[in-house]
Amino acid sequence: MDARTTHDIIAEMRGAGVRRDGRWLVQGVDLSIRRGEIVTLIGPNGSGKSTTAKLLTGVLKPDAGTVSRVEGLRVGYVPQQLSIDWTLPLTVKRLMTLTGPHSAAEVDAALEAVGIGHLSGAEVQHLSGGEFQRALMARAMVRRPDLLVLDEPVQGVDFSGEVALYELIKTIRDETHCGVLLISHDLHVVMAATDTVLCLNGHVCCRGTPDLVARSPEYLELFGSRAAATLAIYQHHHDHTHLPDGSVEDEHGHEGHDHHGHEHGGVHEHRH
Amino acid sequence: MLDDFFTRALVAGIGLALVTGPLGCFIVWRRMAYFGDTMAHSALLGVALSFLLDINLTVGVFVVAALVSVALLLLQRRHALSTDALLGILSHSTLAIGLVLVAFMTWIRVDLMAFLFGDILAVSVGDIALIYGGGLGILLVLVVLWRPLLASTVNPDLAEAEGLRPELSRLVFMLLLASVIAIAMKLVGVLLITSLLIIPAATARRLSTTPEQMAIIAAVLGALAVTGGLFGSLRYDTPSGPSIVVAALCLFLVSIALPRRLGRRSGKEA
Repeated sequence: MDARTTHDIIAEMRGAGVRRDGRWLVQGVDLSIRRGEIVTLIGPNGSGKSTTAKLLTGVLKPDAGTVSRVEGLRVGYVPQQLSIDWTLPLTVKRLMTLTGPHSAAEVDAALEAVGIGHLSGAEVQHLSGGEFQRALMARAMVRRPDLLVLDEPVQGVDFSGEVALYELIKTIRDETHCGVLLISHDLHVVMAATDTVLCLNGHVCCRGTPDLVARSPEYLELFGSRAAATLAIYQHHHDHTHLPDGSVEDEHGHEGHDHHGHEHGGVHEHRH
Repeated sequence: MLDDFFTRALVAGIGLALVTGPLGCFIVWRRMAYFGDTMAHSALLGVALSFLLDINLTVGVFVVAALVSVALLLLQRRHALSTDALLGILSHSTLAIGLVLVAFMTWIRVDLMAFLFGDILAVSVGDIALIYGGGLGILLVLVVLWRPLLASTVNPDLAEAEGLRPELSRLVFMLLLASVIAIAMKLVGVLLITSLLIIPAATARRLSTTPEQMAIIAAVLGALAVTGGLFGSLRYDTPSGPSIVVAALCLFLVSIALPRRLGRRSGKEA
């Protein structure tokens, strides 16, 4: 994407690990996120994806290694499986200002951007799974974060909703140029706009562009070749990395086949 | 006209209800009802220790309630027992130790009933000053604490990731709770304090659409329950503390009997 210089790095960890009850949840994780970069974490259940995300945001302190964030880093967080108790009355509009004040205009704009502007007065407990995820994303977005962390944002969302949400994440990245850390609930589906995939299993098994990871022996060993066949299934729908200067191919040379990018663009228009 | 002691009771009770309403909302949202009970029960141990060490009653109750909540936090970290089992142990053992201690102090005549059930009709002007002064302080802290506490109620990780401090807000909230219990004990007693926290908040739920609305409505409903309960106790010659709780319960029953509010997905109205 951009000039990949180190001063673009907004958060990184070196050899970071978390230990609980004598067991390492994750260990030796090296990870860095630059402005405008989308990093996706994949791995089996209990492989430490959420733990890694919490390390990066500072929710957890590392028991080994270091984690650093640029001064005053503004984080937008979409946690995994957030359920809001019925006893707490919360409209979508009120949810938007949960962790900080925002003007009504900002809130409306964010809700419009995720396509639920009409639900601003609705109680969050009455939203569908997809609507609620959109509301959570709008909430993270309205903060104008430098780093957007999404823990399984498409969980419980149907396929077309999933496609639309991935499209939305990419739009947010493109418009605000924030770094994105995305945890995928599906081992072999990674949104195609992903710049870097980290495959975790207590440690980093392999990393690289989606294509590279799909072909790596470590990934094949962990998930089998059938998984590899479907990794980055959204590649052909969403890959918009065709920059005019051709820099998409600079890293590994595997991203050149994105000619379908526009062809399928229409798919996402009919999300309602 | 009203007797003087009755006016004092009314003023004191309403002052208390204005504080317990908003605070109680967080107890309901955070599912801490049993926790509130435990802190309240520990108040009796606070009473006993205050007599034993000859310190101010309100201070003693506050300190013990705060210590119990810290003890619970520490025990929870060890993951040895489930939280409700721990609460059960703390709740009843502090109550029992308090009762045993009181029995040992043969040189003091302690009216246990006054502490278990309170005596709102016996409040003094000094008590009223404490309720309003302390209550105002508690509400001010709650206003400052509102956003981080609410965010961490929804999701502590989210609050932490976005730079609020859920652990700190939780701790401060517990101290607020300990203070309100210390202040309220004389009025409604350790056995009924939690009802003033929970019932008005639960009643307010169906009448509100935002957390702030619910806090304000809970405060108003609490004040109504105090007023209704006290007039009821005057008229039917019933004990005042329990009468207030019964009045609060009546309001709650009315609220659930009300038709469900329209526009559950009321996006269109906006």
